[in-house]
Amino acid sequence: MGKLLTSLGALALVGLGTAWMLTEPDPLPASSIDGLIGDPERGALVFAAGGCASCHAAPEADDQTASHLGGGRRFETQFGTFIAPNISSDPVHGIGNWSDLEIVNAVMRGVSPEGAHYYPAFPYSSYIRADVADIVDLAAYLRTLPAVATPSLDHEVGFPFNIRRSLGGWKLLFLNEDWIVQTELDAQETRGSELVEGLAHCGECHTPRNILGGSNTSAWLGGAANPSGDGTIPNITSGKLDWSAEDIAIYLESGFTPSFDTAGGEMVHVVRNMAKLPQSDRDAIAAYLKAVPPVTQ
Amino acid sequence: MTKFFKTLAISTALLAASGAVFAESHAAMSPEDAVAARQTHMKLLGQNMGVLGGMAQGKMDYDAAAAQAAADALVENAMIADMAKFPEGSDSDSIATSRALPAIWTNFDDFTAKAEACTVAATGMQAAAGQGLEAVQAAMGALGGSCGSCHETYRKPK
Repeated sequence: MGKLLTSLGALALVGLGTAWMLTEPDPLPASSIDGLIGDPERGALVFAAGGCASCHAAPEADDQTASHLGGGRRFETQFGTFIAPNISSDPVHGIGNWSDLEIVNAVMRGVSPEGAHYYPAFPYSSYIRADVADIVDLAAYLRTLPAVATPSLDHEVGFPFNIRRSLGGWKLLFLNEDWIVQTELDAQETRGSELVEGLAHCGECHTPRNILGGSNTSAWLGGAANPSGDGTIPNITSGKLDWSAEDIAIYLESGFTPSFDTAGGEMVHVVRNMAKLPQSDRDAIAAYLKAVPPVTQ
Repeated sequence: MTKFFKTLAISTALLAASGAVFAESHAAMSPEDAVAARQTHMKLLGQNMGVLGGMAQGKMDYDAAAAQAAADALVENAMIADMAKFPEGSDSDSIATSRALPAIWTNFDDFTAKAEACTVAATGMQAAAGQGLEAVQAAMGALGGSCGSCHETYRKPK
Protein backbone atom coordinates (compact mmCIF):
# COMPACT_ATOMS: atom_id res chain seq x y z
CA MET A 1 0.00 0.00 0.00
CA GLY A 2 2.76 2.37 0.99
CA LYS A 3 4.53 1.45 -2.22
CA LEU A 4 1.40 2.16 -4.26
CA LEU A 5 1.02 5.57 -2.65
CA THR A 6 4.65 6.34 -3.35
CA SER A 7 4.18 5.31 -6.99
CA LEU A 8 1.01 7.38 -7.28
CA GLY A 9 2.77 10.32 -5.68
CA ALA A 10 5.65 10.00 -8.08
CA LEU A 11 3.27 9.75 -11.00
CA ALA A 12 1.42 12.87 -9.85
CA LEU A 13 4.71 14.72 -9.57
CA VAL A 14 5.70 13.65 -13.08
CA GLY A 15 2.26 14.76 -14.28
CA LEU A 16 2.55 18.14 -12.62
CA GLY A 17 6.08 18.54 -13.92
CA THR A 18 4.94 17.70 -17.44
CA ALA A 19 2.03 20.14 -17.15
CA TRP A 20 4.45 22.78 -15.91
CA MET A 21 6.77 22.22 -18.85
CA LEU A 22 3.93 22.09 -21.38
CA THR A 23 2.46 25.35 -20.16
CA GLU A 24 5.81 27.14 -20.36
CA PRO A 25 5.83 30.23 -22.63
CA ASP A 26 7.29 29.48 -26.04
CA PRO A 27 8.76 32.72 -27.41
CA LEU A 28 10.42 33.12 -30.78
CA PRO A 29 14.23 33.03 -30.69
CA ALA A 30 16.28 36.20 -31.16
CA SER A 31 17.40 34.89 -34.55
CA SER A 32 13.86 35.29 -35.87
CA ILE A 33 14.42 39.03 -36.31
CA ASP A 34 17.99 38.78 -37.63
CA GLY A 35 18.67 41.45 -40.24
CA LEU A 36 15.27 43.10 -39.90
CA ILE A 37 15.15 46.88 -39.55
CA GLY A 38 11.76 48.40 -38.84
CA ASP A 39 10.27 50.85 -41.34
CA PRO A 40 7.77 53.09 -39.51
CA GLU A 41 5.96 54.08 -42.71
CA ARG A 42 5.20 50.47 -43.57
CA GLY A 43 4.45 49.93 -39.88
CA ALA A 44 1.62 52.49 -40.07
CA LEU A 45 -0.16 50.19 -42.53
CA VAL A 46 0.46 47.17 -40.31
CA PHE A 47 -0.98 49.20 -37.42
CA ALA A 48 -4.14 49.91 -39.44
CA ALA A 49 -4.47 46.32 -40.68
CA GLY A 50 -4.02 44.99 -37.15
CA GLY A 51 -6.62 47.37 -35.72
CA CYS A 52 -4.36 48.18 -32.73
CA ALA A 53 -5.99 51.54 -31.99
CA SER A 54 -9.48 50.04 -31.95
CA CYS A 55 -8.71 48.43 -28.60
CA HIS A 56 -5.75 50.36 -27.19
CA ALA A 57 -6.90 53.96 -27.71
CA ALA A 58 -8.67 55.55 -24.74
CA PRO A 59 -12.40 54.74 -24.53
CA GLU A 60 -13.31 58.35 -25.32
CA ALA A 61 -10.80 58.68 -28.19
CA ASP A 62 -11.85 60.41 -31.41
CA ASP A 63 -10.12 60.40 -34.81
CA GLN A 64 -7.49 62.87 -33.59
CA THR A 65 -6.55 60.94 -30.45
CA ALA A 66 -6.88 57.43 -31.85
CA SER A 67 -3.08 57.13 -31.94
CA HIS A 68 -2.78 57.88 -28.20
CA LEU A 69 -2.54 54.31 -27.02
CA GLY A 70 -3.04 54.74 -23.29
CA GLY A 71 -5.55 51.87 -23.11
CA GLY A 72 -8.47 51.59 -20.70
CA ARG A 73 -11.21 50.20 -22.95
CA ARG A 74 -13.14 47.49 -21.12
CA PHE A 75 -14.20 44.24 -22.78
CA GLU A 76 -16.79 42.30 -20.85
CA THR A 77 -16.71 38.61 -21.74
CA GLN A 78 -17.94 35.34 -20.27
CA PHE A 79 -14.48 34.85 -18.73
CA GLY A 80 -14.33 38.24 -17.04
CA THR A 81 -13.59 41.83 -17.97
CA PHE A 82 -10.40 42.54 -19.88
CA ILE A 83 -9.01 46.06 -19.85
CA ALA A 84 -6.81 47.09 -22.75
CA PRO A 85 -3.34 48.05 -21.46
CA ASN A 86 -1.24 51.09 -22.32
CA ILE A 87 0.91 50.31 -25.39
CA SER A 88 2.02 53.90 -25.98
CA SER A 89 5.69 54.85 -26.19
CA ASP A 90 5.73 55.86 -22.52
CA PRO A 91 8.78 54.11 -20.98
CA VAL A 92 7.08 53.54 -17.61
CA HIS A 93 3.40 52.88 -18.34
CA GLY A 94 3.67 51.89 -21.99
CA ILE A 95 6.09 49.84 -24.06
CA GLY A 96 8.64 52.57 -24.83
CA ASN A 97 11.50 50.46 -23.47
CA TRP A 98 10.63 47.24 -25.23
CA SER A 99 12.97 45.73 -27.83
CA ASP A 100 11.81 44.60 -31.27
CA LEU A 101 12.00 40.99 -30.11
CA GLU A 102 9.89 41.70 -27.04
CA ILE A 103 7.22 43.36 -29.17
CA VAL A 104 7.31 40.51 -31.72
CA ASN A 105 6.84 37.93 -28.95
CA ALA A 106 4.02 39.88 -27.33
CA VAL A 107 2.14 40.21 -30.62
CA MET A 108 2.88 36.86 -32.25
CA ARG A 109 3.21 34.55 -29.24
CA GLY A 110 1.23 36.28 -26.50
CA VAL A 111 4.27 36.32 -24.20
CA SER A 112 5.26 39.35 -22.12
CA PRO A 113 8.88 40.53 -21.75
CA GLU A 114 8.79 38.96 -18.25
CA GLY A 115 7.77 35.65 -19.79
CA ALA A 116 4.11 35.60 -18.69
CA HIS A 117 1.21 34.55 -20.93
CA TYR A 118 -1.21 37.18 -22.16
CA TYR A 119 -4.93 36.47 -22.29
CA PRO A 120 -6.17 35.65 -25.79
CA ALA A 121 -8.47 38.71 -25.69
CA PHE A 122 -5.27 40.05 -27.29
CA PRO A 123 -5.67 38.32 -30.67
CA TYR A 124 -2.21 36.75 -30.89
CA SER A 125 -3.87 33.53 -32.04
CA SER A 126 -4.44 35.42 -35.30
CA TYR A 127 -1.29 37.58 -35.20
CA ILE A 128 0.77 34.36 -34.99
CA ARG A 129 0.24 34.14 -38.77
CA ALA A 130 1.73 37.59 -39.36
CA ASP A 131 5.05 38.14 -41.08
CA VAL A 132 7.78 38.85 -38.47
CA ALA A 133 9.10 41.67 -40.70
CA ASP A 134 5.67 43.35 -40.56
CA ILE A 135 5.71 43.28 -36.77
CA VAL A 136 9.21 44.77 -36.66
CA ASP A 137 7.86 47.57 -38.89
CA LEU A 138 4.92 47.93 -36.51
CA ALA A 139 7.32 48.24 -33.57
CA ALA A 140 9.13 51.08 -35.37
CA TYR A 141 5.81 52.84 -35.99
CA LEU A 142 4.60 52.42 -32.40
CA ARG A 143 7.77 54.24 -31.23
CA THR A 144 6.73 57.30 -33.26
CA LEU A 145 3.39 57.62 -31.44
CA PRO A 146 2.92 59.87 -28.39
CA ALA A 147 3.73 58.71 -24.87
CA VAL A 148 0.69 58.51 -22.61
CA ALA A 149 1.26 58.30 -18.85
CA THR A 150 -1.93 56.38 -17.98
CA PRO A 151 -1.20 53.29 -15.83
CA SER A 152 -2.51 49.98 -17.21
CA LEU A 153 -5.25 48.40 -15.10
CA ASP A 154 -5.44 44.76 -14.01
CA HIS A 155 -7.98 42.58 -15.79
CA GLU A 156 -11.00 41.65 -13.70
CA VAL A 157 -10.91 37.90 -14.14
CA GLY A 158 -11.97 35.32 -11.54
CA PHE A 159 -10.68 31.82 -10.68
CA PRO A 160 -9.58 29.71 -12.54
CA PHE A 161 -8.96 32.10 -15.41
CA ASN A 162 -6.80 34.31 -13.21
CA ILE A 163 -4.05 31.68 -13.22
CA ARG A 164 -2.02 32.88 -16.16
CA ARG A 165 0.05 29.72 -16.31
CA SER A 166 -3.12 27.84 -17.35
CA LEU A 167 -3.10 29.91 -20.54
CA GLY A 168 -0.17 27.74 -21.58
CA GLY A 169 -2.68 24.90 -21.79
CA TRP A 170 -5.04 27.07 -23.82
CA LYS A 171 -2.22 27.85 -26.21
CA LEU A 172 -1.36 24.15 -26.56
CA LEU A 173 -4.95 23.51 -27.61
CA PHE A 174 -5.74 26.53 -29.73
CA LEU A 175 -2.62 28.40 -30.79
CA ASN A 176 -1.10 27.37 -34.09
CA GLU A 177 0.25 29.12 -37.11
CA ASP A 178 -1.31 26.93 -39.80
CA TRP A 179 -3.45 28.66 -42.40
CA ILE A 180 -7.10 27.94 -41.83
CA VAL A 181 -8.23 27.76 -45.45
CA GLN A 182 -6.08 25.00 -46.84
CA THR A 183 -7.42 24.90 -50.40
CA GLU A 184 -5.28 26.32 -53.16
CA LEU A 185 -5.54 30.12 -53.36
CA ASP A 186 -4.35 32.46 -56.10
CA ALA A 187 -2.02 35.37 -55.31
CA GLN A 188 -4.83 37.82 -54.54
CA GLU A 189 -6.73 35.35 -52.35
CA THR A 190 -3.47 34.51 -50.56
CA ARG A 191 -2.94 38.17 -49.71
CA GLY A 192 -6.53 38.20 -48.46
CA SER A 193 -5.86 35.20 -46.24
CA GLU A 194 -2.78 36.90 -44.76
CA LEU A 195 -4.99 39.80 -43.74
CA VAL A 196 -8.18 37.99 -42.71
CA GLU A 197 -6.55 35.05 -40.91
CA GLY A 198 -3.64 37.13 -39.62
CA LEU A 199 -3.31 40.84 -38.94
CA ALA A 200 -6.93 41.89 -39.44
CA HIS A 201 -8.01 39.03 -37.10
CA CYS A 202 -11.54 38.88 -38.58
CA GLY A 203 -12.11 35.38 -37.24
CA GLU A 204 -11.85 36.55 -33.63
CA CYS A 205 -15.40 37.89 -33.82
CA HIS A 206 -16.86 36.27 -36.94
CA THR A 207 -16.00 32.66 -36.00
CA PRO A 208 -17.81 30.87 -33.16
CA ARG A 209 -15.84 29.81 -30.10
CA ASN A 210 -16.04 26.60 -28.11
CA ILE A 211 -16.65 26.46 -24.37
CA LEU A 212 -12.96 27.15 -23.63
CA GLY A 213 -12.88 30.17 -25.91
CA GLY A 214 -11.02 28.42 -28.72
CA SER A 215 -11.94 29.19 -32.32
CA ASN A 216 -14.24 26.60 -33.93
CA THR A 217 -12.50 26.67 -37.29
CA SER A 218 -14.91 24.16 -38.86
CA ALA A 219 -17.36 27.08 -38.98
CA TRP A 220 -14.67 29.58 -40.00
CA LEU A 221 -16.19 33.08 -40.40
CA GLY A 222 -19.65 31.51 -40.09
CA GLY A 223 -20.92 34.06 -37.57
CA ALA A 224 -20.91 33.97 -33.77
CA ALA A 225 -22.31 35.36 -30.59
CA ASN A 226 -21.04 38.87 -29.90
CA PRO A 227 -18.00 38.21 -27.64
CA SER A 228 -18.49 41.48 -25.80
CA GLY A 229 -22.14 42.46 -25.60
CA ASP A 230 -25.55 41.71 -27.05
CA GLY A 231 -26.49 40.23 -30.39
CA THR A 232 -24.58 38.23 -32.96
CA ILE A 233 -21.73 38.89 -35.36
CA PRO A 234 -22.72 37.93 -38.91
CA ASN A 235 -21.68 35.01 -41.08
CA ILE A 236 -19.43 36.53 -43.76
CA THR A 237 -18.92 33.41 -45.86
CA SER A 238 -20.72 33.04 -49.18
CA GLY A 239 -23.08 30.65 -47.38
CA LYS A 240 -24.84 33.73 -46.08
CA LEU A 241 -23.28 36.92 -47.43
CA ASP A 242 -24.46 37.36 -51.02
CA TRP A 243 -22.57 40.58 -51.75
CA SER A 244 -20.28 40.75 -54.77
CA ALA A 245 -16.54 41.08 -54.21
CA GLU A 246 -16.86 44.71 -55.29
CA ASP A 247 -19.62 45.29 -52.70
CA ILE A 248 -17.37 43.89 -49.97
CA ALA A 249 -14.44 46.10 -50.97
CA ILE A 250 -16.70 49.18 -51.08
CA TYR A 251 -18.10 48.35 -47.64
CA LEU A 252 -14.60 48.01 -46.17
CA GLU A 253 -13.69 51.44 -47.53
CA SER A 254 -16.90 53.43 -47.01
CA GLY A 255 -18.89 51.50 -44.41
CA PHE A 256 -21.89 51.40 -46.77
CA THR A 257 -23.66 48.10 -47.40
CA PRO A 258 -25.15 47.52 -50.88
CA SER A 259 -28.52 48.73 -49.53
CA PHE A 260 -26.86 51.81 -48.01
CA ASP A 261 -27.17 50.80 -44.44
CA THR A 262 -23.90 51.55 -42.63
CA ALA A 263 -21.49 49.57 -40.51
CA GLY A 264 -22.24 49.64 -36.79
CA GLY A 265 -20.62 48.58 -33.52
CA GLU A 266 -17.00 47.44 -33.67
CA MET A 267 -17.16 47.35 -37.48
CA VAL A 268 -17.08 51.15 -37.49
CA HIS A 269 -13.51 50.92 -36.17
CA VAL A 270 -12.68 48.13 -38.57
CA VAL A 271 -13.86 50.13 -41.59
CA ARG A 272 -11.90 53.18 -40.40
CA ASN A 273 -8.79 50.98 -40.37
CA MET A 274 -9.46 49.11 -43.60
CA ALA A 275 -10.01 52.43 -45.41
CA LYS A 276 -6.35 53.27 -44.70
CA LEU A 277 -5.08 50.21 -46.59
CA PRO A 278 -4.42 50.21 -50.33
CA GLN A 279 -7.39 49.34 -52.55
CA SER A 280 -5.59 46.14 -53.55
CA ASP A 281 -5.78 44.90 -49.94
CA ARG A 282 -9.54 45.49 -49.69
CA ASP A 283 -9.96 43.71 -53.03
CA ALA A 284 -7.81 40.86 -51.71
CA ILE A 285 -9.96 40.47 -48.59
CA ALA A 286 -13.07 40.38 -50.78
CA ALA A 287 -11.55 37.76 -53.09
CA TYR A 288 -10.50 35.64 -50.12
CA LEU A 289 -13.98 35.81 -48.52
CA LYS A 290 -15.38 34.49 -51.80
CA ALA A 291 -12.95 31.56 -51.59
CA VAL A 292 -13.70 30.61 -47.97
CA PRO A 293 -15.76 27.39 -47.65
CA PRO A 294 -19.38 28.55 -47.29
CA VAL A 295 -20.97 28.04 -43.88
CA THR A 296 -24.72 27.58 -44.03
CA GLN A 297 -26.65 27.92 -40.82
CA MET B 1 -35.98 55.53 -63.65
CA THR B 2 -38.24 58.59 -63.56
CA LYS B 3 -41.02 56.40 -62.23
CA PHE B 4 -38.70 55.18 -59.51
CA PHE B 5 -37.95 58.73 -58.40
CA LYS B 6 -41.64 59.64 -58.48
CA THR B 7 -42.47 56.66 -56.30
CA LEU B 8 -39.65 57.63 -54.01
CA ALA B 9 -40.87 61.21 -53.78
CA ILE B 10 -44.41 60.07 -53.06
CA SER B 11 -43.40 57.55 -50.44
CA THR B 12 -41.15 60.17 -48.88
CA ALA B 13 -44.04 62.61 -48.69
CA LEU B 14 -46.29 59.91 -47.23
CA LEU B 15 -43.72 59.00 -44.66
CA ALA B 16 -43.19 62.63 -43.73
CA ALA B 17 -46.95 62.97 -43.32
CA SER B 18 -47.16 59.84 -41.20
CA GLY B 19 -44.23 61.15 -39.17
CA ALA B 20 -46.19 64.32 -38.47
CA VAL B 21 -49.15 62.27 -37.34
CA PHE B 22 -46.93 60.20 -35.11
CA ALA B 23 -45.34 63.33 -33.70
CA GLU B 24 -48.69 64.77 -32.78
CA SER B 25 -49.96 61.63 -31.19
CA HIS B 26 -46.73 60.02 -30.04
CA ALA B 27 -47.97 59.67 -26.51
CA ALA B 28 -50.41 57.16 -27.93
CA MET B 29 -47.84 55.38 -30.14
CA SER B 30 -47.00 51.98 -28.74
CA PRO B 31 -43.34 50.94 -28.54
CA GLU B 32 -44.11 48.27 -31.16
CA ASP B 33 -45.45 50.90 -33.56
CA ALA B 34 -42.44 53.09 -32.85
CA VAL B 35 -40.06 50.28 -33.78
CA ALA B 36 -41.96 49.56 -37.00
CA ALA B 37 -42.06 53.26 -37.88
CA ARG B 38 -38.32 53.68 -37.26
CA GLN B 39 -37.49 50.69 -39.41
CA THR B 40 -39.61 51.98 -42.29
CA HIS B 41 -37.99 55.36 -41.87
CA MET B 42 -34.50 53.83 -42.01
CA LYS B 43 -35.38 51.92 -45.19
CA LEU B 44 -36.48 55.15 -46.80
CA LEU B 45 -33.31 56.94 -45.76
CA GLY B 46 -31.45 53.99 -47.27
CA GLN B 47 -33.32 54.35 -50.57
CA ASN B 48 -32.41 58.00 -50.88
CA MET B 49 -28.84 57.27 -49.80
CA GLY B 50 -28.85 54.61 -52.50
CA VAL B 51 -29.47 57.21 -55.21
CA LEU B 52 -26.67 59.45 -53.98
CA GLY B 53 -24.33 56.58 -53.13
CA GLY B 54 -25.00 54.82 -56.42
CA MET B 55 -23.88 57.96 -58.23
CA ALA B 56 -20.93 58.51 -55.90
CA GLN B 57 -19.76 54.93 -56.45
CA GLY B 58 -20.20 55.17 -60.22
CA LYS B 59 -22.93 52.53 -60.29
CA MET B 60 -25.32 55.00 -61.95
CA ASP B 61 -24.78 58.19 -63.92
CA TYR B 62 -24.76 61.46 -62.06
CA ASP B 63 -28.04 63.34 -62.56
CA ALA B 64 -28.23 66.69 -60.79
CA ALA B 65 -32.03 66.75 -60.50
CA ALA B 66 -32.29 63.21 -59.14
CA ALA B 67 -29.44 63.83 -56.71
CA GLN B 68 -31.11 67.01 -55.49
CA ALA B 69 -34.46 65.25 -55.02
CA ALA B 70 -32.82 62.49 -52.98
CA ALA B 71 -30.86 64.97 -50.85
CA ASP B 72 -33.97 67.08 -50.22
CA ALA B 73 -35.80 63.95 -49.10
CA LEU B 74 -32.96 63.09 -46.74
CA VAL B 75 -33.15 66.50 -45.07
CA GLU B 76 -36.90 66.27 -44.79
CA ASN B 77 -36.61 62.93 -43.07
CA ALA B 78 -33.41 63.55 -41.17
CA MET B 79 -33.09 61.86 -37.83
CA ILE B 80 -33.69 64.85 -35.62
CA ALA B 81 -37.31 64.96 -36.76
CA ASP B 82 -37.61 61.40 -35.54
CA MET B 83 -37.09 61.67 -31.80
CA ALA B 84 -40.79 61.10 -31.12
CA LYS B 85 -40.31 57.62 -32.51
CA PHE B 86 -37.96 56.75 -29.64
CA PRO B 87 -40.34 56.30 -26.70
CA GLU B 88 -39.14 54.51 -23.56
CA GLY B 89 -39.71 50.80 -23.77
CA SER B 90 -38.84 50.52 -27.46
CA ASP B 91 -35.29 49.24 -26.83
CA SER B 92 -33.75 45.93 -27.89
CA ASP B 93 -34.22 44.42 -24.42
CA SER B 94 -37.94 45.20 -24.44
CA ILE B 95 -38.87 44.36 -28.04
CA ALA B 96 -37.44 41.44 -29.95
CA THR B 97 -37.37 43.15 -33.35
CA SER B 98 -35.75 46.33 -32.01
CA ARG B 99 -32.02 46.88 -32.43
CA ALA B 100 -32.05 50.16 -30.51
CA LEU B 101 -29.76 49.57 -27.53
CA PRO B 102 -30.95 50.63 -24.05
CA ALA B 103 -27.90 52.97 -23.97
CA ILE B 104 -29.94 55.40 -26.09
CA TRP B 105 -32.17 56.17 -23.15
CA THR B 106 -29.35 56.45 -20.63
CA ASN B 107 -27.45 58.87 -22.94
CA PHE B 108 -30.38 60.58 -24.61
CA ASP B 109 -28.56 63.93 -24.89
CA ASP B 110 -25.66 62.34 -26.74
CA PHE B 111 -28.07 60.37 -28.90
CA THR B 112 -29.93 63.57 -29.78
CA ALA B 113 -26.65 65.36 -30.53
CA LYS B 114 -25.68 62.57 -32.92
CA ALA B 115 -29.08 62.75 -34.61
CA GLU B 116 -28.55 66.48 -34.97
CA ALA B 117 -25.12 65.84 -36.57
CA CYS B 118 -26.91 63.59 -39.06
CA THR B 119 -29.22 66.46 -39.96
CA VAL B 120 -26.22 68.76 -40.43
CA ALA B 121 -24.57 66.20 -42.74
CA ALA B 122 -27.81 65.79 -44.70
CA THR B 123 -28.02 69.55 -45.10
CA GLY B 124 -24.43 69.49 -46.37
CA MET B 125 -25.48 66.93 -48.95
CA GLN B 126 -28.46 69.08 -49.92
CA ALA B 127 -26.08 71.95 -50.69
CA ALA B 128 -23.70 69.65 -52.62
CA ALA B 129 -26.13 67.48 -54.55
CA GLY B 130 -26.62 69.80 -57.51
CA GLN B 131 -22.95 70.83 -57.69
CA GLY B 132 -21.59 67.85 -59.57
CA LEU B 133 -20.37 64.33 -58.92
CA GLU B 134 -17.26 65.30 -56.97
CA ALA B 135 -19.28 67.43 -54.55
CA VAL B 136 -21.65 64.49 -53.95
CA GLN B 137 -18.73 62.14 -53.38
CA ALA B 138 -17.20 64.53 -50.85
CA ALA B 139 -20.48 64.99 -48.96
CA MET B 140 -21.11 61.25 -48.93
CA GLY B 141 -18.22 60.61 -46.53
CA ALA B 142 -19.54 62.99 -43.89
CA LEU B 143 -23.05 61.65 -44.29
CA GLY B 144 -21.94 58.03 -43.92
CA GLY B 145 -19.82 59.02 -40.92
CA SER B 146 -22.83 60.55 -39.20
CA CYS B 147 -24.92 57.42 -39.77
CA GLY B 148 -22.06 55.29 -38.49
CA SER B 149 -21.48 57.29 -35.32
CA CYS B 150 -24.95 56.36 -34.07
CA HIS B 151 -24.83 52.80 -35.36
CA GLU B 152 -21.47 52.34 -33.64
CA THR B 153 -22.75 53.07 -30.16
CA TYR B 154 -26.49 52.64 -30.19
CA ARG B 155 -27.40 49.80 -32.53
CA LYS B 156 -27.28 46.18 -31.46
CA PRO B 157 -25.45 43.83 -33.83
CA LYS B 158 -28.05 41.60 -35.51
